[in-house]
Amino acid sequence: MPTTTFPGQFDSLGKISDFVQGVSDAAGLNASEAYAVQLAVDEACTNIIEHAYGGEGVGAIECTCEPTSDGLCIVLRDHGRPFNPDAVPEPKIGAPLEEVKPRGLGVFFMRKMMDEVIFTFEQGENVLTMLKRKSG
Amino acid sequence: MEFQMTSYKRCEVLKTSGRIDSSTAPKLEEAIKNVTDRDIFKIVFDMSDVTFMSSAGWWILINTQKNCKRYNRGELILVGVAQNICESLELVGMGSYFKIFDTVVDAVGFF
Repeated sequence: MPTTTFPGQFDSLGKISDFVQGVSDAAGLNASEAYAVQLAVDEACTNIIEHAYGGEGVGAIECTCEPTSDGLCIVLRDHGRPFNPDAVPEPKIGAPLEEVKPRGLGVFFMRKMMDEVIFTFEQGENVLTMLKRKSG
Repeated sequence: MEFQMTSYKRCEVLKTSGRIDSSTAPKLEEAIKNVTDRDIFKIVFDMSDVTFMSSAGWWILINTQKNCKRYNRGELILVGVAQNICESLELVGMGSYFKIFDTVVDAVGFF
């Protein structure tokens, strides 16, 4: 179960993606599934930096990846402010272009890319668990 | 992140490569602003060498599309979008906001 800790800053995002790509390949995800996982993890880490920590260089992001019998489980932990996904509005996707707003896009992308997205706050940590199932 | 800009008679073609995420999206925003500040609102974004695009990048492109479409026949057109990126755009339901062409020649010809 590889766990890696990254500095909570935007220039970590590329390195986090490379790490996630490696474990996705090892878990047997296809290219499309692996891209979806990278995208969801990127959105999650951006949210941690922007909202949980309130900026870059405040705290770390711990990323644990575990292959499961039918796919890949990713757990992201941070020590920032508790994140309440219910407080994030769902963007009006499909609405006329003029009405689309940026707020909530990240969480929306995560939910669309992954099969399960679970936010919890445990012992002073935000714990985000995401599952991606393999096709076939 | 490097950007190449090529001016055509009716539009501007912008090209870059690599990842567009929260780290690099501000550079994309600045590159597009350099075009729209010259009152050019017919823009082709060549994504043939773009390997990753997060919501931070899409939000800049959506904002650019809103801005371009305010002007007569202005539009942001995408070219050479990788299959994975295209699939993610469709999956979140934002595919209808952009015309996507296979080649720069086709996109430039549209204007």
